Amino acid sequence: MQKIQNNKAWLLVLPVLVLVAFSAVVPLMTVVNYAFNDTFGNNQFFWAGLEWFDEMVHSDRLHGALGRQVLFSAIILAIEVPLGIFVALNMPKQSFWASFCLVVMALPLLIPFNVVGTIWQIFGRTDIGLLGHSLAALGVDYNYTNDPIDAWATVIVMDVWHWTSLVALLCYAGLQSIPQAYYQAAKIDQASRWAVFRYIELPKMKGVLLIAILLRFMDSFMIYTEPFVVTGGGPGNATTFLSIDLVKMAVGQFDLGPAAAFSLMYFLVIMLVSWVFYTVMTNLDKAEAGQ
Amino acid sequence: MAQITLENLAHSYSANPKSEADYALKEMNHVWQDGGAYALLGSSGCGKTTLLNIISGLLRPSQGRILFGAQDVTEAPTTQRNIAQVFQFPVVYDTMTVRDNLAFPLRNRGMDAAYIKSRVDQIAAMIGMEAMLARKAQGLTADAKQKISLGRGMVREDVNAILFDEPLTVIDPNMKWELRTQLKQLHRQFGHTMIYVTHDQTEALTFADKVVVMYDGRVVQMGTPEELFETPAHTFVGYFIGSPGMNFLDARIDGSKAVLTNGETVDLGARYGDLSGRTQIGVRPEHAVLTDQGGLPLSIRRIEDVGRHRIVRAELSGAVFNIILPEGEGLPADTPRVSFLPGKIGAYADDWRVAPHAMERAA
Amino acid sequence: MTLELQAVSRLVEGRVHIQPTSLTLQNGTMNVLLGPTLSGKTSLMRLMAGLDQPTTGRILWHGKDVTGQRVQDRGVAMVYQQFINYPGLTVYENIASPLRILGRPKAEIDRKVRETAEMLRLTPMLVRKPLELSGGQQQRCALARALVKGAGLVLLDEPLANLDYKLREELRVEIPRIFEASGAIFVYATTEPEEALLLGGNTATMWEGRVTQFGPTPRVYRDPVDATTARVFSDPPMNFTRCAKQGQILRFGEGVSASTQGSFAVADGEYMAGFRANHLSLHRGSADALEFHCSVIATEITGAQSFLHVSHGTDRWVGLVEGVQVLEPDQEISLWLDPRHIYLFDGEGRLAAPAAYAQAA
Repeated sequence: MQKIQNNKAWLLVLPVLVLVAFSAVVPLMTVVNYAFNDTFGNNQFFWAGLEWFDEMVHSDRLHGALGRQVLFSAIILAIEVPLGIFVALNMPKQSFWASFCLVVMALPLLIPFNVVGTIWQIFGRTDIGLLGHSLAALGVDYNYTNDPIDAWATVIVMDVWHWTSLVALLCYAGLQSIPQAYYQAAKIDQASRWAVFRYIELPKMKGVLLIAILLRFMDSFMIYTEPFVVTGGGPGNATTFLSIDLVKMAVGQFDLGPAAAFSLMYFLVIMLVSWVFYTVMTNLDKAEAGQ
Repeated sequence: MAQITLENLAHSYSANPKSEADYALKEMNHVWQDGGAYALLGSSGCGKTTLLNIISGLLRPSQGRILFGAQDVTEAPTTQRNIAQVFQFPVVYDTMTVRDNLAFPLRNRGMDAAYIKSRVDQIAAMIGMEAMLARKAQGLTADAKQKISLGRGMVREDVNAILFDEPLTVIDPNMKWELRTQLKQLHRQFGHTMIYVTHDQTEALTFADKVVVMYDGRVVQMGTPEELFETPAHTFVGYFIGSPGMNFLDARIDGSKAVLTNGETVDLGARYGDLSGRTQIGVRPEHAVLTDQGGLPLSIRRIEDVGRHRIVRAELSGAVFNIILPEGEGLPADTPRVSFLPGKIGAYADDWRVAPHAMERAA
Repeated sequence: MTLELQAVSRLVEGRVHIQPTSLTLQNGTMNVLLGPTLSGKTSLMRLMAGLDQPTTGRILWHGKDVTGQRVQDRGVAMVYQQFINYPGLTVYENIASPLRILGRPKAEIDRKVRETAEMLRLTPMLVRKPLELSGGQQQRCALARALVKGAGLVLLDEPLANLDYKLREELRVEIPRIFEASGAIFVYATTEPEEALLLGGNTATMWEGRVTQFGPTPRVYRDPVDATTARVFSDPPMNFTRCAKQGQILRFGEGVSASTQGSFAVADGEYMAGFRANHLSLHRGSADALEFHCSVIATEITGAQSFLHVSHGTDRWVGLVEGVQVLEPDQEISLWLDPRHIYLFDGEGRLAAPAAYAQAA
């Protein structure tokens, strides 16, 4: 076979490569540098080998943060995915109300993360916040700055408020691609509402749903801004998730070596989980198509 | 199973239709026999899909009633109409096996397992899918999926009617023959009332006992394939049925003669009264014969060999005129002329067929 | 002036899409690729267009090797089954778009757009947007876009498949006329034998990624080189039955036999006899017609003619007979066949003896 290769095409990708190099590769290499060295400033580095990694793997502090992080992501997914599907199923399919719902649903996604945090921080305050004050008036003992349960509830409700829209909008897009004939056929077959969901809507939504789960998992696993603004990781360490802990370690305590090792492992965990997701996803598709 | 009655039925998509033009479906009255095979034939936008949606309950008509047997179902939703429908594109439940797909309508109605199994096996044998029952529907070819859709349409024995919405669109020509014969056999075996919507004349004519030709929201003719071919009631039917369609020539009709615009006369073989409006005569390409003498002179534009016959595309009296030349027949040597088979010429006034006076027909 | 495929093949992930194919298309010809879905029509077209690269073989355009050359650098236009136009542009701008990309002068663009629109009867629609047009008009607009730049190779991939039957019939008559005016190489893919016959020109029949035969359309129809070609090029499907030649006699079982005097010049042995639906008759058409006892499965009426689906032993046949024939299922009937209409195929499916009628035609 005679295939003409035009290597000039690579030049077109060059700007992107340069940008990625500066924004990702260079900082990443800096982190790698910190992870394997000890430093006392002044650009003096001493080889530390795997010492920081060893320390981090056996750190109770890290185990605690990791546990809280996994729990948080699990709760978030368990609430947002079914809720998102439910919302998508009940959104109007056409007319003015469809556009209206889409805009309203998109609003939380457009708000900057720290603003979301601030909104909920104020919203939940018992003195001036609508939510906190109302709960107090109803006799509920609610104080997210003192009570770990209340703090968790606030952070979770906030995340649900912020991100369920994303799941719902993705599912909605999946639902819109189902031809009307399927619903008509289901009616004729006297399929129950559950059967319509189980055999028509869910299979057609599967692709977007897996993407939604992946996105929500990665985002929630790396969550930082909102809980930091609302609770600052407290009370105590109750809402100190991985990235909050990481920032405390690196910026608060200047433990650059352990923090770098920590962030590299963090990065690898996310990569690993995403890869597993992706592989399972594509294999599921192949298995079903190839049967 | 039931007879279907359309009573003063009409539909408009606009909320307050003003003129007749606002109606996608103009007022109609029809009774479709129990156990009949009907085809709704017309080009896109003729109202056939609107009518189908009214029968299936997807659409409430603006006026009139629709009855299944004696029961008025105008207001009844699809689920209560007890119908089956096969769509243009295969609608299968991808995550279910072929068996579950076929059994689905029966299971939803709480039939007992033994009956479902025997019925599904019977249907699977009929659509030739016994070997695939345990497979998942996903990943099957379009042909196979459409067979499943057909099977699911047939699986219930008690349906009032089975509706087909251009079900062979995605099927290869060779497979169409097989599926059409299967449909015919199924109809004969179960005697369901079947309504088949299509724009394809071959499918309509070969499937149905009665073909309902629709044009511009109206039923222009309902008849057997033979009636539509031999005596089209409207120029649209003449044009739409047959390949190529009927030839129409503007003519003045004078008793038993037609005078064409080029001055030539044609003997109609029957006497007509005074006709007003635009008058035409219609002749099928199959009923025109090329000759050396007699008949009318025409000029041949091109000849297409389509295998089992040839199509002669010619010009006669300022209009396009097609003639079908049977296989093995030659062309006349020099100046070609055309004559029409006796009794095969129709007269049309303002697009509608006019019957000759009965008395003089024999003469 | 030719497009030449030299032993071109294509494999994708180890599966054969196109078996080694050699084909020479002359300038100013209409070439039909006829075959069922997935027989390789689109794959072959993509190779011709340069959208895909062949795994082996070369493609020559006017004698010059263009294998591996980019699509943009070849003079190729393509029309698809879906009506693909720019929805935001008027019909005029749609037709003008290929010329604008080539940077032609304004006056030339205007002249060519109007000429092409006239040829495709789109002149009254020039100011409208594609979505305001009927399906037939939209596809004519797509055709105009393909024709306007004067591409030397125009590829049409089932362009009429999404149109109404009657509209299809009209455009089928129009396309050869348009094509004659343009002088390019046309390649037209279709699944329907009738469409191939109406378009005329040359036909390549395709089956499982292979061109089984290529030649003038009526020739391929009447002189198929093998049973596969005959099957692909018959609608209704060709009928087959076993037979044996012994001396001067061709035996079909149950006492039916034909004299091979002057025809069927083949060696003694087993053959597969093939004949088309329209050659079966309910009447004894000629003195030496063969009588077959068949059992009716179903009848279909098309107006002037009837299709008879019958079984003959283990064979299933379709007959196309004159008039309206209402026959009950399971009824025993006699169907007559003139031996002049029989093709003989050998054990491998190759044509052993052509039908006598086709030789005379």
